[in-house]
Amino acid sequence: MYNQTEIIKDTTNLGPEGELIINMGPQHPATHGVLHLVVTLNGETIKKIEPHLGYIHRSIEKMCESLTYRQFIYVTSRMDYLSSHINNLGCALLIEKGMQIEVPERAKYIRVILSELTRIASHELWLGAMAMDLGAFTPFFYTFREREMITEIMEETCGARLTMNYIVPGGLMYDIHPDFQKKVKAFIKQFKEKVTEFEDLVTNNIIFQSRTKGIGILSAEDAISFGCTGPVARASGVSCDIRKLYPYDVYDKVEFDEIIETAGDSFARYIVRVKEMNQSIRIIEQLIDCIPEGEFVGKTKNVLKLPKGEFYTRVETARGEFGVFIVSEGGTNPYRIKFRSPGFSNLSALNHMAAGSKIGDLMATMGTLDLVIPDIDR
Amino acid sequence: MSNEEIKEIISSTLPSATYDETGEWLNVIIDSKDWKKIAAECRNGALQMDFLFCLTCVDWKTHLTMVYHLTSTKHRHNIVVKANLDHAMPEIETVCDIWRTAEFHEREVFEMFGVNFLNHPDLRKLILEDDFKGFPLRKDFEDPINMIKL
Repeated sequence: MYNQTEIIKDTTNLGPEGELIINMGPQHPATHGVLHLVVTLNGETIKKIEPHLGYIHRSIEKMCESLTYRQFIYVTSRMDYLSSHINNLGCALLIEKGMQIEVPERAKYIRVILSELTRIASHELWLGAMAMDLGAFTPFFYTFREREMITEIMEETCGARLTMNYIVPGGLMYDIHPDFQKKVKAFIKQFKEKVTEFEDLVTNNIIFQSRTKGIGILSAEDAISFGCTGPVARASGVSCDIRKLYPYDVYDKVEFDEIIETAGDSFARYIVRVKEMNQSIRIIEQLIDCIPEGEFVGKTKNVLKLPKGEFYTRVETARGEFGVFIVSEGGTNPYRIKFRSPGFSNLSALNHMAAGSKIGDLMATMGTLDLVIPDIDR
Repeated sequence: MSNEEIKEIISSTLPSATYDETGEWLNVIIDSKDWKKIAAECRNGALQMDFLFCLTCVDWKTHLTMVYHLTSTKHRHNIVVKANLDHAMPEIETVCDIWRTAEFHEREVFEMFGVNFLNHPDLRKLILEDDFKGFPLRKDFEDPINMIKL
């Protein structure tokens, strides 16, 4: 990480081609968090982008080493705060796999419904914020109208709107709210009516298209090499949906399509996310009426002890593959824990994608990467 | 590909590699000097391990262990490659020319564990400040001011 003063010193040392170094961030409206990009420009053309991370680094991995297996799940909500349910789910799945805990069917159904609601909420927020970065302010209000319905459902059932902490090893913390099914159905009805508004406002908008088509192209080989996952890789034609490849909970019982585009540009990434929202609705529709009755949490011991060994699980968050790697010594705390966050790997491709394009296009490229900074810094 | 076939392919390149099949995936334990050779074989050979999805390090107090999780997007098989490093002077060859995602991940391991990646193009601190002293994810790291012990 540079000190600010050092960079200012650097800018006086112009290169032979009139090289200019610009600091984007840490406080920049388009980064939606504290991400610091040092952009080297030649005129308006980007030569190099160097991300500087760590402004909200909390060393979650070190912190988790002193927390028990019940406690550390709550910290993971604070990483990718837009996919907090799915982060919790990844950790719960790992402990269930390691200790062979039986999860009741009811809990599995509810977990998948909540994961998909989280995914829609995350993509809605991304859509509004990304359109705003490109100068369209109206979609922000439209998407937040639907997102508000989801956060209300979450608030009623989980007791929180953003960091839910609702999933525990073995199932759920408590049962769903009696109105849950009714409210989710009302949300699906409204979403289906209003989703065409995004199409009219954004997808078919000629200004939006010309700002995103052919911008920030990432080829399939590069996407794999840079470790990109999620909508970023799927827009480049890489099949990488963990829900399809390694199904967890009840994803093997529902029908949905893995959305794959081949253009690899910003517009393709946009299309993937919009279509994914429709697939999430499809999953919820299949499950919402057939949540089985029964227990919402399986029988677990009060103190969880993972057997000695190494464990890895992966889940599909709204941003891509989230992996949890735990080295256990058989005690109540993990010996070493590593979170493979999707944003960290996706960000590493930014320099490759944006080099050679204009600085104005950086907003579109970065916006469609869907970066969540706490997820990158951890 | 089954574990036996993978073992055969790796053993033909590196006869000294040992295997551990107790976990979910096949663990290949190698000497750190052979890593570059094995990495190129895994990526370009018959295994087609084109996706390095997790790169990390574990501090065992007596030594450090580099852990590489590899998968193939074509064949869908996974392996874990492990290499033990000396605790006092940890060094291993970089693989960021084979898998480009390794560039960021190696920088993270460099600042958190102090592992020196030989021939890395840009080995600087990524998350921590430049003047940060010590390697926070090592077990012997102490920070009486910022670290809260539970």
